[in-house]
Amino acid sequence: MWVSVMKDENSLLIQNGRVVDPSQNLDETASVLILNGKVAKIGKDADTAAKTRKGIEVFDASGKVVCPGFIDMHVHLREPGFEHKEDIASGTKAAARGGFTSVACMPNTNPVTDNSGTVDLIEHKSRMVGSVNVFPIGAATLGMQGKDLSNVGELVEAGAVAISDDGFPVQNSYVMRRVLEYAYMFGICFISHPEDTTLSAEGLMHEGYYSNLLGLKGIPAASEEVQISRDIILGEITGTPVHIAHVSTKGGVQMIRAAKERGVKVTAEATPHHFSLTDASLVSYDTNFKMKPPLRSEVDREAIIEGLKDGTIDCIATDHAPHSENEKTVEFDKAPFGVIGLETAIPVVLDKLHHSGILSLSQIVEKLSVNPARILNLKGKGSLKEGADGDVTILDLDREIEIDPRTFASKSRNTPFAGWKLKGAPAATILSGTVVFSATGKA
Amino acid sequence: MVRETVPWTKKDLLGIEELTTDELRLILDTAESFREVSAREIKKVPALRGKTVVNLFYEASTRTRTSFEVAAKRLSADVLNIAASTSSVVKGETLLDTVHNLEAYRIDILVIRHSCSGAPHFLAKHARASVINAGDGLHEHPTQALLDMFTIRQHKGKIEGLTVVIIGDIYHSRVARSDILALKKLGANIVLCGPPTLVPGYFADTGVVMTYDVEKAIADADVIYSLRMQFERQQANFLPSIEEYIRLFGLTTERLKKAKEDCIVMHPGPINRGIEMTSEVADSPRSVILDQVTNGVAVRMAVMFLLARAAG
Repeated sequence: MWVSVMKDENSLLIQNGRVVDPSQNLDETASVLILNGKVAKIGKDADTAAKTRKGIEVFDASGKVVCPGFIDMHVHLREPGFEHKEDIASGTKAAARGGFTSVACMPNTNPVTDNSGTVDLIEHKSRMVGSVNVFPIGAATLGMQGKDLSNVGELVEAGAVAISDDGFPVQNSYVMRRVLEYAYMFGICFISHPEDTTLSAEGLMHEGYYSNLLGLKGIPAASEEVQISRDIILGEITGTPVHIAHVSTKGGVQMIRAAKERGVKVTAEATPHHFSLTDASLVSYDTNFKMKPPLRSEVDREAIIEGLKDGTIDCIATDHAPHSENEKTVEFDKAPFGVIGLETAIPVVLDKLHHSGILSLSQIVEKLSVNPARILNLKGKGSLKEGADGDVTILDLDREIEIDPRTFASKSRNTPFAGWKLKGAPAATILSGTVVFSATGKA
Repeated sequence: MVRETVPWTKKDLLGIEELTTDELRLILDTAESFREVSAREIKKVPALRGKTVVNLFYEASTRTRTSFEVAAKRLSADVLNIAASTSSVVKGETLLDTVHNLEAYRIDILVIRHSCSGAPHFLAKHARASVINAGDGLHEHPTQALLDMFTIRQHKGKIEGLTVVIIGDIYHSRVARSDILALKKLGANIVLCGPPTLVPGYFADTGVVMTYDVEKAIADADVIYSLRMQFERQQANFLPSIEEYIRLFGLTTERLKKAKEDCIVMHPGPINRGIEMTSEVADSPRSVILDQVTNGVAVRMAVMFLLARAAG
């Protein structure tokens, strides 16, 4: 439990770390001083200022990378309604352990987050038992039924940072148009889960060579591409920013790239599992590889990597989707879709994207902090400029780990990365100047 | 007895996919030696005496279930038949719990038919018993493919180099998938025939030929393998009507005049007489459909014998 108080509990001097902050074009060894939960100074001034304050805690970040706190803008915390899978307490602990200082949580709760009461509940619980910042995303339609507009104004006023149809994609294009049109006045973005359910129908995995081999009904790439195309067009005519969630197809990446070139206000995210795994993983029928959108072909995976490299894909977000072991240890058909990701994202990103030479550290910080903050308009986040919130992610680029789900803080264990040996891990997570996670176990 | 070039070491029979060509041939050769048991007056050998075989069927079945039962009994095993619809499955008991409970009886072989592809693979990871896939969803039906290969070999003397045409709803057919894998491993030429909605283009990368013209397909066929057409496919927009399917793909005596004299006609059963083939074709001398059923017992005896022996 932490309570924000103007005391030196929320003050911290982070020394000797390599500060990577693309928002200031910064990449150098420097000190960062956080006072009363806000970034006060960076560099030599930080050391000087710290000397004048008594008893400020010092964090030695020698050999580590110091970044503006990472933000996972696509997380399912499952509270209210599905607390056997996860809740705000466990989900945010998982986030902290994973190196994230903020998460945005999706509205497919029970009751659906389509009213101020549920938004308030999430915010209240987060303040009481949360380990990191929680930003609720509101439902675009009432009950996520895809028919009637939500009271978007009420949601935004209560604290929703965006609206989405994630989990229950809006099928009716007329409704989608009106949602976007109406939401325009609030300056928020619509986060789209692009799936035409008439095409994905009873599909269980990517439709392709492997679904045919395994006798599993397929989810064609077309089911995603058709709706990405639709949402880009509707975003273009309404002017409302559209953010495409968990892009998984080559065609989808191409359309987003072309739309950006045209000046459309579209942004996109990709998950770690979509840039590191393919449908070949499904041959074992292991339900830890079952999610929507599904793992697709090698051609699609490479297109996601290209999209990350050239900026078509703005963010990396996990789509952390906890399900209990009972629910996942069943026949493939019967298992719910979804895999967790908060506690594996950073090692997968650092090993597969940074150490492999695909993205620079600056680019990684953009994908995980700067851009999510910009897309969700989170004031004070995504930067270590003076006055920014004292949310910091400390990375250990060289630490070698083996993913062991039994050590997870999440209530669930449904990860596709069990047993993976990876290089790179979060060293500490700092929220408003307080260390909420430390790999050495001090928090 | 059988002279084995390679021993059987697998714990389970989950599909044709996992079998090497040698293992395939071993099963067929072993089945050969069990064939004559069914021709004896006392149709019994003691190979599986004291072993417990459970048939756990989540889907309806005539041939497969009775075939496994007859095969196990002729091997002197104790047999339990469980139909999910009359078990605690209807109370919501999970597949895993059902199997754990059966294993509490220390069963030796579990024969499973299930509507979910991959269910046997899931079970094999959690069960001590040997698991035999009697049909999983759309995925595989390995013992069907084995008895099909056995039957082809019986009538044609070989499989390599033959042209085998599979006609019908291949997309939904686990029999077709297993047959295609087996035929490929044994060197046959495969032609798939049906409407585009039911013949997945993804097979193109596996070396089969695909055609929508049934008369062209059967012209050079040594074996015509017909699949059952289901009425539900019309509801799901795979077919406009059964009548059109019959017109375009139905096997009739007239159509078969264009096929080779010595070509054989096969079907996994049950047949929809008048749809995928007429009664005349089903009952004609070219049809080896009932031989398939007979051979199923020998093949399943071979499979259970090899698995039980590997389990020690």
